[in-house]
Amino acid sequence: MPPAITFDHVTKRFGAVTAVDDVSLAVARGEFVAIVGASGSGKTTLLRLAHRLTEPDAGTIRVHGDDIAAGNAIALRRRVGFVFQSAALFPHMTVAENIGITPRLLGTAPAEIAARVSELIALVRLEKDHRDRMPDELSGGERQRAGVARALAARPGIVLMDEPFGALDPLTRDALGDDYRALHHRLGLTSVMITHDITEAMLLADRIAVMEHGRLIAQGTPEELAASDDPSVRYFLSSPRRKAERLRALLPQGSA
Amino acid sequence: MSPATASQLAQAWARLPDYLGAHVTVSLCALALGLIVSLPLALFARRRPGLRETLLGIASIAQTVPGLALLALFYPLLLAAASFTATWLGFSFSAFGFLPAVLALALYAMLPVMRNTITGLQGVNPELLEAAKGVGMTERQSLTLVELPLALPTIMAGIRTAAVWVIGTATLSTPIGQTSLGNYIFSGLQTQNWIFVLFGCAASALLALAVDGALALIENGMRHRRKPLRMLVGSVALLAIALLPLMGFARPHAAYVVGAKTFTEQYILSALIAERLRDAGLSAETRPGLGSSVIYEALRASEIDVYVDYTGTLWANQFHLGPAPPRDEVLAILKQRLAQSGITLLGKLGFENAYALVMPRARAAALNIHSIADLAAQSRAMSIAGDYEFFSRPEWAALTQDYGLAFRTERQMQPDFMYAALVAGEVDVIAGYTSDGAIAADDLVVLSDPKRAIPPYDAIVLIAPRRANDQALRDALAPLLGKISLATMRDANRRAAEGGRSGSVEDIAAGILRSIAAPQP
Repeated sequence: MPPAITFDHVTKRFGAVTAVDDVSLAVARGEFVAIVGASGSGKTTLLRLAHRLTEPDAGTIRVHGDDIAAGNAIALRRRVGFVFQSAALFPHMTVAENIGITPRLLGTAPAEIAARVSELIALVRLEKDHRDRMPDELSGGERQRAGVARALAARPGIVLMDEPFGALDPLTRDALGDDYRALHHRLGLTSVMITHDITEAMLLADRIAVMEHGRLIAQGTPEELAASDDPSVRYFLSSPRRKAERLRALLPQGSA
Repeated sequence: MSPATASQLAQAWARLPDYLGAHVTVSLCALALGLIVSLPLALFARRRPGLRETLLGIASIAQTVPGLALLALFYPLLLAAASFTATWLGFSFSAFGFLPAVLALALYAMLPVMRNTITGLQGVNPELLEAAKGVGMTERQSLTLVELPLALPTIMAGIRTAAVWVIGTATLSTPIGQTSLGNYIFSGLQTQNWIFVLFGCAASALLALAVDGALALIENGMRHRRKPLRMLVGSVALLAIALLPLMGFARPHAAYVVGAKTFTEQYILSALIAERLRDAGLSAETRPGLGSSVIYEALRASEIDVYVDYTGTLWANQFHLGPAPPRDEVLAILKQRLAQSGITLLGKLGFENAYALVMPRARAAALNIHSIADLAAQSRAMSIAGDYEFFSRPEWAALTQDYGLAFRTERQMQPDFMYAALVAGEVDVIAGYTSDGAIAADDLVVLSDPKRAIPPYDAIVLIAPRRANDQALRDALAPLLGKISLATMRDANRRAAEGGRSGSVEDIAAGILRSIAAPQP
């Protein structure tokens, strides 16, 4: 069985800037991969390339073995879910209309959409009465749950997430991250998440890819990365390590 | 409320169905046309910066042209287009009234609609555009499901602005032959009937507010789908306004249309002719407030059936002929020229309304000025006022040439204010009109013109080509010919300028008719 997503020597330039520089990466089915890197490292561009929100200058991207450039971009986007950074819910539609948008575009019957929306609202643990609210009546965390529900509505096998929990307060962020990880397993999804927070990446993902200046400089499980002697990777990993040590000192075992 | 005011209000009220109906028709058609053209243009141009700037530039320029001029410009433009289609495509259309008014007003409506549509669409958050793509929308779906709904408040604000502008500017379509609420304003200004002026302004303001309010409700309803009542109320209100013209259509249209230019005497004469036709058993209505060149072309195209013009005006303005021969020759030449266009010069009404140099009687006597030649000797220290066209007319060129007239200052004024300025001593001489009521009322004197620099201005009745062989019309008009003296006309003009205190224009016209029918023994 081919991997869910393969990037094969993919390059993308914006004028003189090479945002993605000859990146090759495979994401296996059912895998949860986090792509980390500083701002401007090209991680968001890489994700957008996989959804054909932008087109590469060189290289091939395959989804389930098929070159996406050969297929229809609209159809691709309808079968691969995408969670945006600030949820990006349509402000003039209710929560239910936002969640049901992709099935509606696919021509699903209204009754079926309504049932699917109820199911998703329960799945992402939104309140039932949020259904008919407008996005600006929700909290940031609730909006992002609706954003995840919208990405899942057309039952995609793959979900791409662009810093989905970045703008949330730490508690909400942890809860949402844990909930998403549970969904990932329960629904057998393939997930690719962009984050600049290496701690979040380690806690949620099976495997981490590190990007710097458009290049993929390392990939592997947290353990494998820890063994890397690349200075940039070591620098990246120093942050969670220091945090963990400090927390261990501050919160001795047994106290809660 | 005084009885005169009450009767003026009653008269204004009686005309409301016609005027309001026509006003609504022309405004809504213009607004609809403006929307149909500018919305797709804005959608097409929004991602093409060059085209976008060009379109907005053109629309902005159209906006800076004063409404009156824009409306007036469309008339000759359409006239040329109509003659082109008549020659080459075998059909013609009316360049008068409705069509030029709708086109000019539609042009006026375009800028706010186009600008707000483009601004509204450009203002949509780019994250949401990306999200629209991301959930799998096509470009069209992104436009209809996301961009247009989000830009709607801005677009509707543009439509509302356009509606208010169009309804306000439509009052200026009266001079090009489109009946509107401007009929109150134009005739009220001419006859100093301030009740009419205020009534016209109030009616058009109320109409603008009503349409704006209805559109606001519809917009509000579109944004808050959970409050469908607003949308319903707004739509019903707008529909009700759109159906107002039916009030006007309910009454039958008259067989004969009598035109009138934009000054008091013309309002009286058109009322007089219409009344005479009705007395003779013909149905007639007036179409007052037409511009000087519009009215002639309208007659030639048989858009109106009859009106009164002046020999000197036709001689100089219409046919651009040189120095005028004696008055009977002028009449004979004009008769022949008009016949070439199929227009019948039925005959003279009897009085003359010529340009004349006028001074206060006492002042003229004190300075020993009797003729224009006397004036020329002292004019360099004096100031003169004339109407908006006088100083560019051939009469003025002839006067300066023949008498060597030259003044310290020349001022242009609204004719009504000209007499007041003369009486107040703000100017020394005015270029007035011989049949003006103010000449007797303000004790003014008309300076003689020994060199005949000013051509004769006999009032003459003209009949449209399609009525050339209409004996009933000729018979009905015959009793008026030669029967209206200068004294009668001056008196009627004076009374009409009193703003309705001496009765309406129709009352005054009826008085003249009675005096003609029963001459003093």
